[in-house]
Amino acid sequence: MSAATLSRRAFISASLIAGGGLLFDLTVPMALAADGSPVILNAFIRILPDNRVIIGAKNAEIGQGAKTMLPMLIAEELDVDWAQVSIEQTHADVKIFGGQSAGGSRTTPREWLPTRQAGAAARAMLVAAAAAQWGVAADTLTTDSGKVTDPKTGKSIPYAALATAAAKLTPPDPATLTLKDPAGFRIIGQSIGGVDTPAIVSGKPLFGIDFKLPDMLYAVLETCPAFGGTFKSANLDSVRALPGIAHVLTIKGDGTPESGFDGVAILAKSWWTANQARETLKVEWDDSAVTGFSTQDYAAQAATRAKGKSDGDIVRTGNIDTVFASAGKVVTADYSYPFLAHATLEPQNCTALFKDGSIEIWAPTQNPESGRGLVAKALNLPPEKIRINFTRIGGGFGRRLMNDYMVQAALVAAQVPGVPVKLLFSRADDMRRDFYRPAGWHGFRAALDKSGALTAFHDHFITFGKDGKPVRSAELSPGELPAGLLDNVLLEQSFLATNMPTGWLRAPGSNALAFVYQAFMDEVAVAAGKDLPTLMLELLSKTAQVSQGANRPPFVTARAKGVIEKALAMSGWANRKALPKGQGKGFAFYYSHAGYFAEVLEVAVADGVPKVKNVWVAGDVGSHIINPINALHQVQGSVIEGLGQALAGQVITQVAGAIEQANFDTHPLQRIPDTPTIHVEFVKTDYPPTGLGEPALPPVIPALVNAIHAATGKRIRSLPVTAEMLA
Amino acid sequence: MAISLTVNGAKRQVEVDSAKPLLWVLREDLDLVGTKFGCGAGLCGACTVHVDGQAVRSCQTLLGDVKGAAITTIEGAAATDVGKRIAASWIAQDVPQCGYCQAGQIMSATALLSQTPRPTDEDIDAAMIGNLCRCSTYVRIRAAIKAAVA
Repeated sequence: MSAATLSRRAFISASLIAGGGLLFDLTVPMALAADGSPVILNAFIRILPDNRVIIGAKNAEIGQGAKTMLPMLIAEELDVDWAQVSIEQTHADVKIFGGQSAGGSRTTPREWLPTRQAGAAARAMLVAAAAAQWGVAADTLTTDSGKVTDPKTGKSIPYAALATAAAKLTPPDPATLTLKDPAGFRIIGQSIGGVDTPAIVSGKPLFGIDFKLPDMLYAVLETCPAFGGTFKSANLDSVRALPGIAHVLTIKGDGTPESGFDGVAILAKSWWTANQARETLKVEWDDSAVTGFSTQDYAAQAATRAKGKSDGDIVRTGNIDTVFASAGKVVTADYSYPFLAHATLEPQNCTALFKDGSIEIWAPTQNPESGRGLVAKALNLPPEKIRINFTRIGGGFGRRLMNDYMVQAALVAAQVPGVPVKLLFSRADDMRRDFYRPAGWHGFRAALDKSGALTAFHDHFITFGKDGKPVRSAELSPGELPAGLLDNVLLEQSFLATNMPTGWLRAPGSNALAFVYQAFMDEVAVAAGKDLPTLMLELLSKTAQVSQGANRPPFVTARAKGVIEKALAMSGWANRKALPKGQGKGFAFYYSHAGYFAEVLEVAVADGVPKVKNVWVAGDVGSHIINPINALHQVQGSVIEGLGQALAGQVITQVAGAIEQANFDTHPLQRIPDTPTIHVEFVKTDYPPTGLGEPALPPVIPALVNAIHAATGKRIRSLPVTAEMLA
Repeated sequence: MAISLTVNGAKRQVEVDSAKPLLWVLREDLDLVGTKFGCGAGLCGACTVHVDGQAVRSCQTLLGDVKGAAITTIEGAAATDVGKRIAASWIAQDVPQCGYCQAGQIMSATALLSQTPRPTDEDIDAAMIGNLCRCSTYVRIRAAIKAAVA
């Protein structure tokens, strides 16, 4: 990239980020237009001479649908037909494209306004160009299907004929733009299939693992089985002597899992050859400091800690001790859940080419800018010497918010300058080098007064942490319901030490907390002689809003009530007692990632085996469902994934600091016969749309265990559900 | 020694270790990367291809064992009438989410419909149980197979 290009981009980026996250590119297109190339109107949009429109998809696509959904927002406000549009994946550069991470169900709320504004800004410039050409006021003109029309004269001009003139105009201030009246939406709200679906179906190379460069070498990487062990020695020369092996080299980690630990890389023209050679590799690790950790020991420590004082309060309101002392009834129960792996079907991989002091990376990453920072540090390179290209991603689920594999590929590539390297994990590497959903233990108490009203709630949450702070994804929010809905609440936390890297698994925190909180609340409801939705509706009637912290929208109780009532109606909840013996319906409500979800699940338990028959899902994610077909898919996938966490037998265990499971036999996923009928409805409310990648998942797990209780009278208080629990 | 096989109707020769799994021969030596590596142990089905019309896991099939055989991969799946219907149905139902498992799903579904033109739910379960979908697109996989029935 030339210095001139850099400064131009820097100037444009700076002005446009200040203007609300919009990033136009107005200088480059004039240079390009001179030779007849496509006119680039802004960083997101290109209009071709034949009036086809290419829209840059700037976010990573992990199957959440962003590559289709974000261009839909632009096309809507640009006022073109979807049939005119093709989508191109952009590379990763926050300075040009703004936020590009795929996580936290944040893409929709983050992009709903600025991405539409980008389309509207481009439209406004095209209209202004037509107005200038025709000598009329811009506000007298209309647009549709990629053309500007003067209703007075009936004259129309396609966008392509205006693009060069429009590109010379000063971009409008986004604040001055009038966005479409939603009543006039022609693309938002239509079901549009994934833009890559035809290429997927015909087997085109789309994914990180598919990307190839000439003379590329494949790398396998051996690391210490116990997280944090460091390299001492290895039979590197004997592996180097094997046929087909190009290089055997070591990389040095910085001691953090985020940058990857020490490793030995074997490089060959064939990944299979490199991986075969690994069987002869003998490495001595210095792991004495990290082999003392085991899941068995964590459970024993948690049991001890549960009897003692916690490490600190998250919330303490009212007068817990007095209310419990005078309670009519006290309900107690202990809950727990295991570590889980992400197990994306495409194993972690990254291609890197280091040349002339720069590195270019092709990565399936959900969080490229974080990767850039880590690679810059590991290679001691300025960030602008690192170019990161997105590939399509064979499943994210939060695993690829971490970029350890990118750093490792970069460290290997830097040792073989000029040679492209693709690092690819085996399945065992992938399962044993994850950032795991942390295990947790909860000791619950609830007080009921003489009338059966819930008066106090207490959770002692034992999880993992260091220096009085939870590890990643072990946090407990002070807004965790029923906190905020009750006067007397104590939420407290204690921390165990671990060497296991932890991370965000789809609906992080919530996927575990929904289970324990809503399952325990079902116990409270039964003790109070009512059902869980009745108890929840009573609690939700006490206040209008519960704060979720400074930078997050408040929890609105009316929205929760709306989805609860919807789910009860959809599922025939009132008639649930009519089910035959061994069958039952369970309910749960959970709020996460700004989405409100109530779910009812119908299960039949026979011979200790639960079979989920129906799941009814009512969700509120705001005023619009941008792409209904994709919304349905996200909910279906969330429901089945949640059921997998409870029913498939998923558990990650650690012995002597290392992970035991290596493949899908010991960390199974749901398979096609396990698929229930899933009924989905959205309650639309007058709030800006929010994301759907995650919030439908958490409530399905408590709905399941509550249904199992309804069917069998048995309480499931730890996951996964086993045949012994139901015997 | 060169080993001959027919891949998607074309004669191909490869000069690699006969113990190399067909998956890696396809991906590395024949530049057919539509067939995916998921588990390397026959547990996920992402690498499913047809060998003489039968759905097999190419990660567990050694090159030496398919000498002279006719291999069909996702890149050639739509050459048959059944394959065309499955592909069209997959697009119409918008089956994929991340899409990584779908080549294997389609190869298993195509083999099923070729052998059982009107499959029951039980037939679909039996034919597709070996194909994992981490995004859980199972609702649409079943619907797409049914919609592809001639």
